[in-house]
Amino acid sequence: MNVSSVNGSMSISSSTSTWKAGDTISDQFPAGLRVLVVDDDPTCLMILEKMLIACLYKVTKCNRAETALSKLRENKNGYDIVLSDVHMPDMDGFKLLEHIGLEMDLPVIMMSADDGKQVVMKGVTHGACDYLIKPVRIEALKNIWQHVVRKRKNEWKEFEQSGSVEEGDRQPKQSDDADYSSSANEGNWKGSKRRKDEEEETDERDDTSTLKKPRVVWSVELHQQFVAAVNQLGIDKAVPKKILELMNVPGLTRENVASHLQKYRLYLRRLSGVSQHQSNLSTIISAQDPTFGSLSSLSGLDLQTLAATGQLPAQSLARLQAAGLGRATAKSGIPITLVDQRNIFSFENPKLRFGEGQQQHMTNKQQANLLHGIPTTMEPKQLVSLRHAAQSVGNMNMQVPPHGAQSSQNNPLLMQMGQQQQQQQQSRGQILVDSTINHAPRLSSSMGQPILSNGMATNVSSRNGIPENIRAPGYSQTPSMLNFPMNHASELPGNCFPLGSTPGVSNLTSKGAFQEDVNSEIKGSGGFMPSYDVFNDLNQHKPQSWELQNVGIAFDSSQHSNSLQGNLDLTQSALGQQGFSSGQMNGHNRSAAVASKAMFSTGDVKELGSAQNVNQHLNNLLVDNTIRVKSERVCDTSPANIFPDHFGQDDLMSALLKQQESVASSENEFDFDGYSMNNIPV
Amino acid sequence: MEVGQMQRRLVDYTKSLFMEGFLDAQFLQLQQLQDESNPDFVVEVVSLFFDDSEKLLNDLTMALDQPNVDFKKVDAHVHQLKGSSSSIGAQRVKNACIAFRSFCEEQNIDATLRCLQQVKQEYYLVKNKLETMLRLEQQIVAAGGSIPMIELGF
Repeated sequence: MNVSSVNGSMSISSSTSTWKAGDTISDQFPAGLRVLVVDDDPTCLMILEKMLIACLYKVTKCNRAETALSKLRENKNGYDIVLSDVHMPDMDGFKLLEHIGLEMDLPVIMMSADDGKQVVMKGVTHGACDYLIKPVRIEALKNIWQHVVRKRKNEWKEFEQSGSVEEGDRQPKQSDDADYSSSANEGNWKGSKRRKDEEEETDERDDTSTLKKPRVVWSVELHQQFVAAVNQLGIDKAVPKKILELMNVPGLTRENVASHLQKYRLYLRRLSGVSQHQSNLSTIISAQDPTFGSLSSLSGLDLQTLAATGQLPAQSLARLQAAGLGRATAKSGIPITLVDQRNIFSFENPKLRFGEGQQQHMTNKQQANLLHGIPTTMEPKQLVSLRHAAQSVGNMNMQVPPHGAQSSQNNPLLMQMGQQQQQQQQSRGQILVDSTINHAPRLSSSMGQPILSNGMATNVSSRNGIPENIRAPGYSQTPSMLNFPMNHASELPGNCFPLGSTPGVSNLTSKGAFQEDVNSEIKGSGGFMPSYDVFNDLNQHKPQSWELQNVGIAFDSSQHSNSLQGNLDLTQSALGQQGFSSGQMNGHNRSAAVASKAMFSTGDVKELGSAQNVNQHLNNLLVDNTIRVKSERVCDTSPANIFPDHFGQDDLMSALLKQQESVASSENEFDFDGYSMNNIPV
Repeated sequence: MEVGQMQRRLVDYTKSLFMEGFLDAQFLQLQQLQDESNPDFVVEVVSLFFDDSEKLLNDLTMALDQPNVDFKKVDAHVHQLKGSSSSIGAQRVKNACIAFRSFCEEQNIDATLRCLQQVKQEYYLVKNKLETMLRLEQQIVAAGGSIPMIELGF
């Protein structure tokens, strides 16, 4: 190409024009974009420089990361975007990426000849806004300006919001739902994050297109503050309001904290699911089904568990079973590598993306993170399946069996679920889903765990043996859902998910899906919120009927009281559950999440406290229409305050529905083999 | 030889390089980047590639010659070579590097030594070819002609 006017001649001052202001884009845009390229390979560096010049950008090149950093520091506003190689001798490219993100908050694009999934994922989780595979073609460079614009857009929104939100966008309170749903679109979560997470394929991103609602970006520091506050208050007593006060971050709202807490709880639950979590959760879970045994252990934040989301299911399941279903110490040796906690929790990059592409990266911690890969994927399916289930009680095919791990265990669940479903069906159309969810809760729980891992890994993990099976599929999907970096072995919030208290729960009841009693129970299961989030992000959520959601929630609640930690919003959980449960079946996280949610909400409420044996509960559930809340299990401790604001049910529903739709053929449907859902306790 | 003839020879030669897999589409991109403001771009980049690669190959030889081979280091070098060869379009070198890396992972000393030989061989081959091609181009330019754009109908 003929570069008649060499861009390089542009002076920095000129480039600082419009760009920095951020409001006006120069007419020549993107010409004049100030790019800093860092690569230790001189050949590549030269080629890149030439290409960038050909794109009419203003290029500065360095062959060492240190040089690049010092250049950036000297002239903070002198660059618009940074291109960096991953493998460099003096400093790891990811480290540089982090530095830049923290210090200068510029969009950074990573490059490498290495196209391995892990590496790309790492880029995403570290906050790269894009990842280019070498050899880099000029076409790829032509569009890098989009990242600058996107970031600016987010920042402006932030300012407009007038909150000093952490680098990301802020999420208006009311529109929590809306935000989630919208952000869910196209990987909004991706974009909103400060660091744009990049999906493996660089073009994944079709997100951030409209950051309508700014979201709070839970940066590492912010998250750490959050965790410190939570620990200070005690995970059981950690309520958003107090956390907010302790954190004392200007511009942060209670809703932000609430949703983040939800995710965190799930995450914790997930962790403890694998390892025993003695504290509160154990009480709840203990009662439950042995398979869920592990769930009880939610307390132990087992990052590993989370990390190994994929593996978790299998392992946890194994563990649970081995544990003898009783809440044995869940610590299954899930070989989960500790995922970069920070990253996990922050889900900057939906690493957990199950199957990569399955879910949109939920970059936003708040949102999508919850449903990393697995859950999300599962959700749609689950949702779909849930729907189907709802329709026909017998449809509950809980995917549980698929994972086969605990088919036996699942069976009881399925049975129960089936029954529950039936019952629920009656009461609420969707309840079927619920029932499945109930049944599924186990599944979902397990599944949910993985799914929930998005944020609430804890929940999921705690789920129970059965869910394990289900989860298995799910977990694998959510790769790093467990992002909750929080390694807090703290008491799993899951302990008692205030299902009852959560407003969501109440909503559910109103929906009719859950009987009143259930609602209270559901509270326990509250933990599922994460799935909810996931759904949102995924965008796929379709606004499912509440019933489904409820189902999920109920299910969850019943199952894992632990995981539910706070079901803060039943709806959320419901959604998640629904999706979860469905997902689980499919092995998709998402659906599982949904399914689990749904399940959770519906009948689980009773079970909540007791992630314990689903089987047992199932029976109970089946019998009781109202979700029997095993008092011991359901610990609605916290309640309501848990995320009152969460994602609006509407959003969840829509997300769920969407998911369902998208999941047209959810493989998973809850298959309750031969279980008839006769008495689905609703 | 007159210019037209030289140009045809160049075109044929260059095409053969693509056909035989020595070069790939990335090289075309480099050629397209060259223009009046940067008429020697390709020559410069290719020279840079040669220098850098030779250094890398030397480092690799030394690293594999150690009693205790540090495979991580070897892998890092190979990765680097892979990156630069792919950026320049030296396809066969890149492929040899890919194979090399997998053996590095296995820490198979014999296989890696063989791979090193393979990479070196490919490298010298493509170096030779490129030099020939660039020489042809220079001759054409010196004779007043212009470098024909290669149209590859892949």
